[in-house]
Amino acid sequence: MKELSLNILDIAQNSVSAGAKNIRILLDEDAQGILTLSIEDDGKGMSPEMVRTVTDPFCTTRTTRKVGMGIPLLKLASEQANGSLTIHSVSREADPDRCGTTVKATFDTNSIDFTPLGDVVDSLIVLIQGHPEIDYLFLHTTPSGEARLDTKELREVLGEEISLGEFEILEWIRGSLEEQYQALKK
Amino acid sequence: MKTLAELEAIRERMRGKVAVRETSDNTTRIVVGMATCGIAAGARPVLNTIVEEVSNMGLSETVTVTQTGCIGLCQYEPIVEVYQTGKEKVTYVKMDSEKAKKVLEEHIKGGKVVTDYTIKL
Repeated sequence: MKELSLNILDIAQNSVSAGAKNIRILLDEDAQGILTLSIEDDGKGMSPEMVRTVTDPFCTTRTTRKVGMGIPLLKLASEQANGSLTIHSVSREADPDRCGTTVKATFDTNSIDFTPLGDVVDSLIVLIQGHPEIDYLFLHTTPSGEARLDTKELREVLGEEISLGEFEILEWIRGSLEEQYQALKK
Repeated sequence: MKTLAELEAIRERMRGKVAVRETSDNTTRIVVGMATCGIAAGARPVLNTIVEEVSNMGLSETVTVTQTGCIGLCQYEPIVEVYQTGKEKVTYVKMDSEKAKKVLEEHIKGGKVVTDYTIKL
């Protein structure tokens, strides 16, 4: 993947496939340049056995093919930037009230092999356009401030009849996030 | 500044429009492959361009844009499929934003399939 934001889009699509109603995408950059990405969902989760196999493309069998190369590609991006990837998952069978998956990856942004974050706003727009019924919380914290989007707040204003996937709404979301990123750069 | 008040204004403006759309037939469905293979090959800008242009060209009332997983032709990604009532499915391969604009202009608006970008299945 050319941009980390494309990995984020790809991994979040797994949350969609897992039937998530809420997806949280958290990015945290500290003063030392360590970036922590966390994608959390309340989907159907995975068994401990599946968690073990999804990180290794060579262990992936046809039955787990739905997960495919997404996780291995993120793991690669993380490890080549001196980071690591961890997955925590509770399957619906194990605990229907607390099921879901958290994929966490760290990166040293100073590393020469760090994949640039790229256009994370573009990825969020694609996610919301494709699945406007899901609630997304996006939070990007940096030493100079934060950018955030909570679709629950938007839904309160829009009510049930206007979908988050309407072009005008997507444009508002894009504008809102771009303004927040502009403010961070100052 | 993008405020929630502005969002409220958009809601008021859209209420009528959405009602109109629900009563009209969506005759065209554009589907973009958005699995790992599609994303890695450049499907994100293709999808965002199509969503934007459908709105700019005033096609929102008859065209819906959706996403799908892996179509099984990873080497031809980004793939865009066009479904129209009563017509055969058209599959466009190795798409980019510029090609997508041409497809919207000539095929979706003009009714003429852009055969340079299609694949026969």
